Formats: sequence, structure tokens, C-alpha cells
Amino acid sequence: MTASVRTLVNQPYKYGFITDIESEAIPRGLSEDVIRLISAKKNEPEFMLEFRLRAYRHWLKMTEPTWQRATYPAIDYQNIVYYSAPKQQEKLGSLDEVDPTLLDTFEKLGIPLSEQKRLTNVAVDAIFDSVSVATTFKEKLAEEGVIFCSISEAVQKYPDLIQKYLGSVVPVGDNFYAALNSAVFSDGSFVYIPKNTRCPMELSTYFRINNGDSGQFERTLIVAEEGSSVSYLEGCTAPMFDTNQLHAAVVELVALDNAEIKYSTVQNWFAGDENGKGGIYNFVTKRGLCQGVNSKISWTQVETGSAITWKYPSCVLVGDNSVGEFYSVALTNNRQQADTGTKMVHVGKNTRSTIVSKGISAGRSENSYRGLVKIGPKADGARNYSQCDSMLIGDTAGANTFPYIQVQNNSAKVEHEASTSKIGEDQLFYFAQRGISAEDAVSMMISGFCRDVFNQLPMEFAVEADRLLSLKLEGSVG
Amino acid sequence: MIVENSEVILSVKDLTASVEGTPILKGVSLDVKAGEIHAIMGPNGSGKSTFSKVLAGHPSYEVTGGEIRFKGENLLELEPEERARTGVFLAFQYPLEIPGVSNLDFLRVAYNSRQKHKGLEELDAFDFDELVQEKLDIVKMNASFLNRSVNEGFSGGEKKRNEILQMALLEPTLAILDETDSGLDIDALKIVANGVTQLTTPENAVILITHYQRLLNYIQPDYVHVMEGGRIVTTGGKELALELEERGYEWVTEPEATEARV
Repeated sequence: MTASVRTLVNQPYKYGFITDIESEAIPRGLSEDVIRLISAKKNEPEFMLEFRLRAYRHWLKMTEPTWQRATYPAIDYQNIVYYSAPKQQEKLGSLDEVDPTLLDTFEKLGIPLSEQKRLTNVAVDAIFDSVSVATTFKEKLAEEGVIFCSISEAVQKYPDLIQKYLGSVVPVGDNFYAALNSAVFSDGSFVYIPKNTRCPMELSTYFRINNGDSGQFERTLIVAEEGSSVSYLEGCTAPMFDTNQLHAAVVELVALDNAEIKYSTVQNWFAGDENGKGGIYNFVTKRGLCQGVNSKISWTQVETGSAITWKYPSCVLVGDNSVGEFYSVALTNNRQQADTGTKMVHVGKNTRSTIVSKGISAGRSENSYRGLVKIGPKADGARNYSQCDSMLIGDTAGANTFPYIQVQNNSAKVEHEASTSKIGEDQLFYFAQRGISAEDAVSMMISGFCRDVFNQLPMEFAVEADRLLSLKLEGSVG
Repeated sequence: MIVENSEVILSVKDLTASVEGTPILKGVSLDVKAGEIHAIMGPNGSGKSTFSKVLAGHPSYEVTGGEIRFKGENLLELEPEERARTGVFLAFQYPLEIPGVSNLDFLRVAYNSRQKHKGLEELDAFDFDELVQEKLDIVKMNASFLNRSVNEGFSGGEKKRNEILQMALLEPTLAILDETDSGLDIDALKIVANGVTQLTTPENAVILITHYQRLLNYIQPDYVHVMEGGRIVTTGGKELALELEERGYEWVTEPEATEARV
């Protein structure tokens, strides 16, 4: 055990406050009645209730997966509150009617929603526990025909689109958590980009869990019509509770001919304390369908929070010449566990995919990359390049790489590279001997390590991500 | 060069140190004055490299006794980065590879930390680039090295030249070169030695740690110390190195051999 690389200590989690707001929640537990209640509360059309019930019936027959490299006590699904909403006026006409407490909450999180203070050129959908509280720049986007609203609103206003695409990429019975989400999801964002439209601004959803007993089950659906393009970013935080909250989201992306979707995530859910008490269980299904020719879906994720992260943003490359990308930085510290990666499924001809995964493990955390590259029999000329790098800080963290490669076409070309590096006492001493402090040394090494991924993030968020990682490791060495 | 009445830069007295509980240094005393070049020679395992790391403050080595004063200040009270900023430089025997951090950024941050410590102006990327271009000549390095990651994929000789480049930028008061000659071919050795010679002034001092006297053909030491069993057992002028080369270490380290010589 080295003397100077001490156990890594997190910067106190600065998003850990709780908003005191009266909320309306339904009793704990899950049953058909609860699902009917959620659906009724949201005044949903019949097809949505059917969708939910179908999912629920699947879920009842499914068992919780155990293959991921993470250990946690059994989750009692009957002890979770499946719907929680801040009490406020129904039917908001404008942002002025949003409860000021909520606006303050988001302002504190660095997401100003009021007209004057908004982030320029970024439209935000703010989701608090189970519901969307505000969406900015809606009218401006509507001028271009872009739809950006909460998924509840979309169910009411655009049922045809929802019925056509919801569950088309992640079917209701896809996996245990996707089925659960399909049964009980309460809100999320919906994006629709019409033909040949380039979305004029960044779209962003900010998720905030506030209620200590509620799970968050959000649903995001993005549809990019032929020749359109959009860049979308989601951010997440939660208060510090000493219990665990379940977050089981489903994200579906559909890209038609020549369309492009760029989806970025900066995830900073509460990670639990240094002994692993509390924190979010982040069990998420994210999948993009490159349905059209020459379409492209690009996932970029910076995963720094959650007690357990378990997600594999994937691309199904159906359209010929379509492109899938996955760029990921996953940082784990203390007792965090992350099992994350991607699936690239090549179906069409000349489909290409790139995977760049960077795992940083500190403290006593476990960080695993798990990825599948599958080349189908008809995917002539398909190509994949994967690069998985791990960095260990100190000598008590774990890093694993589990690449799965399945090739059914002889003309395919698949490359996989992996490396492991370490920030240990000797590296830090080398920096120190040149007059560079341990904190600066770690930050330089981490920035360098993550550069390939941060370069993929929208400008404003790349800086934010860099800062976030430094903060997470601050005070970690010395 | 030995300068009369010059300032004592480094004063080590009865220094003892251990690593993981095993004593390595067992009472080292050494005075180094401004302008001087000292060579410390000795067989493998004699404590030479440990001595250099203890001077620089490597956290794996525990100082168990004695004192180290640097320009009158108690060096043992300073953190490794503070020692570096006050002018102690260690050229590593095995320079570390730092993937993802460009050599140029590394050099600039190191240079600026020194500037800041001295209360001097920190250089921006453009001014620093000019400065570093001048220094490259000293070690005959190609500018393309600056854009590569620190030491990553460098040959042994390139790594050592990179160490001397850092020394040239940081202008240390005391430079300790830990086996800088090991693994170098004759051309690289000449370049490194020539670089060190150019950087030697009446105001600074150099400690060369080496196993062979080969390097001393190119850098003339004022004193040669022989270390054995964690102590300096003999001190002499540069001719001592030649004698060691010829007769091996045994005649100074084994008492009987020494007697036989007399």
C-alpha cells in the first residue's frame, strides 16, 4: 500500500440539497391498479394504457438480471413510489406559472429556466421527479417545425407519432428494467425533427430526483426524419439520501435516411458516500436505430455519479452505410460500481461503428467496460474500431474489460485495442519533482486521458465535463 | 569547478533512510558548494539511487535520522514539489511515460510553477514556445518531441535528453543526475554530457550518480565519492574514477583488498 496515494475523497456533492415542496405521490408498490392510476392521472389514451399493461405483464414473467459486475442488496419493487409530482397548477400556460421553488431549484443546479437567464442556444426540458416542469424555447423551435416537449404532452398532442415510434427500438419486453420502465414511466422528453431540418439549437433535458422514496422512470424518444439532424444533451443530479433510489430510464432514438442524432449525457447522480451508503441505482436502456441509409447516431457519455451504473447505449445499424459511434468516460470513486459499454449491431451493408471507452477507477470502486460488436450475415464491408482504455488511480480500484465480438460475415473488419495505465505514486512523484502539485498532475493526466471523448461533447459541456472530473477527484491524492 | 569561499548549496549530515522498514542509507554526509560537480559512484545496491530519491523527497523512502540543508533551509520539511520549486532537480534513471499529456504542456506547467514560486511572470503558450525552441538546441532535440506525450514511445536516449531539456528550462540550483548515462549509446552520451556541461555555472551544482566512469570522460567532476553499504566510504578527485574503472570497486569497499594495495 503506497503512502501518498490515499483513499480518494470526493469533493462534497454540491447538488445534494432537497427542495422542500409539496408533492403528490401515490402509495408505494406496483400492481395493475397502480399502472391504471398512473395512466389515469396522466389522462392517457387507451393505447398508452395497453402499452403499459403489456409491459407490466412481461415484467411479471421476467427475472432480475444478475450477470453485470455489480453487487447490491435485493431491490424491493413493492417499496418504491412509482409516481411523484410536485403539486402545482395544472396546465401551465407559460413559465411564469411554474412554482418559483422549482425555478429556484433548477437555477441552483445551474439550469436557469426563466426567460432572461436562459442558456443561449440551448433549449431545456426540466424534469423534477416524475414530471416535466418546464420546457424552454418551445415556440422558437416550433417555427422550424421541431417538436420538443415532455413525453406526457406528446402523448396528448402527437399520439400518432408516439404510437408509431414508442417501443419501436426498445420493445416493452426487451429486458427487466426496460419492461418496468414501459409499465410505469411518468415523464421524459420527446423530440421530433422534421424532414431536412437542422435543429437550430442544442436540446437538453435536465433530470432531477427529489423525492427520497420515488424511483425515476423517464422515457425519452427522439425521431429524426430524413435528412434532419439534432444534438441533444441530458444532465442528471439528485439529493443525498442515505437510501438508494432506483433510476430506470429508457431512451429510444430513430434516425431515418441521411439523418443524424448526437446524444450526449453528463450523469452526476448522487453516488453515495465514501462508504457506499446511499446513491442512485442507474439501470438504463438506451438504444438508437439507424433505420435509414447513411444515417448516423452518436452517443457520448460522461458518467461520474450513481452508486451503480449499468447501461449500454447501443446502435442498431440497419440502413446501408449507416454509422454508429460511442464515446464514453466513466469515472468511479469510493464504492461506486459501473458496468457500462455499448452494443453495435451491424445489419446493413458498409455500416461502420466506432467505440472509444475511457474508464477511470479510484478509491475502492469497480469499473467495467462491457461491449458487443455484432456483424450480421448481410453486413458486407462492415467495419468496427474499438478502443478501451482504463486508468487506475491508486491501487485499490478495479478495472475490467469485457469485449464480445460476433462476426457472421467474412468481409467485415473488426479492430479492438485496449490499454491500462495508472496514476500511482511514481507518476505523481515525477510531476512533483518538476514542481507540479498532485492535484494539477491528476487533472492533466485525466484531461489527456479523456480528450478523445470530451472533443465529442458540445463546446459548453466539454468544459463543464472537464471541470466535473477534476472536482470529483479533488483532494484525492497528496 | 572548485571556487574558493563559494556558498554551500547542499549540506547532508549523518543521513539515514529506509524503504519499507529496511535501512538503506546508514549515515551519509556530504557538502556541495556552488560551482562544483560531484560524482557518486559505487556498486549496485550501495544506496546511490536511494540517496538521490531521498534528496528529492520520494514518498516511499523514510528518513530516519540526520539532516539535509539546502541553501540553509531544512529540506526535509518541504514537500517534493516545494523542493523542486526551490531548485532541486532530479534527472530520473527511468523517466516516466505520461500518456495523454503533451510534452510541451508538461514543460510549460513545470516551468510556470517555478516562475510562480520565484514571483516571476508565468509565460503563455506563445512565449513559452519561443523559450523552449532555444533550449532544444542544448540537447539537439527535434521540435516534434514537444507535441508527443511525455516520454511516451521515446527511446532510452530520447528520454534522457528530455530530462536534460527539463533541466535546461528549470535552471536548478542543484541538479542530481541519477544514472543518466545508463542505456545511452556513445552519441547520445556525448549530447547529454555536453548539455549538462553547458548548463553548469558558478552558481549551481551537479551531483552525478553513475556506475561507470564513462560519463566522467565527458563531464569532469571536482570530487568523486564512492558509496558502499549506505555510506560514502572514499572521496577523491577525478583520478579516483579512473582508478575505480581499472581496479573495480572491491579495492575501496573490501578492507582486505585495500590493505593489500598498500
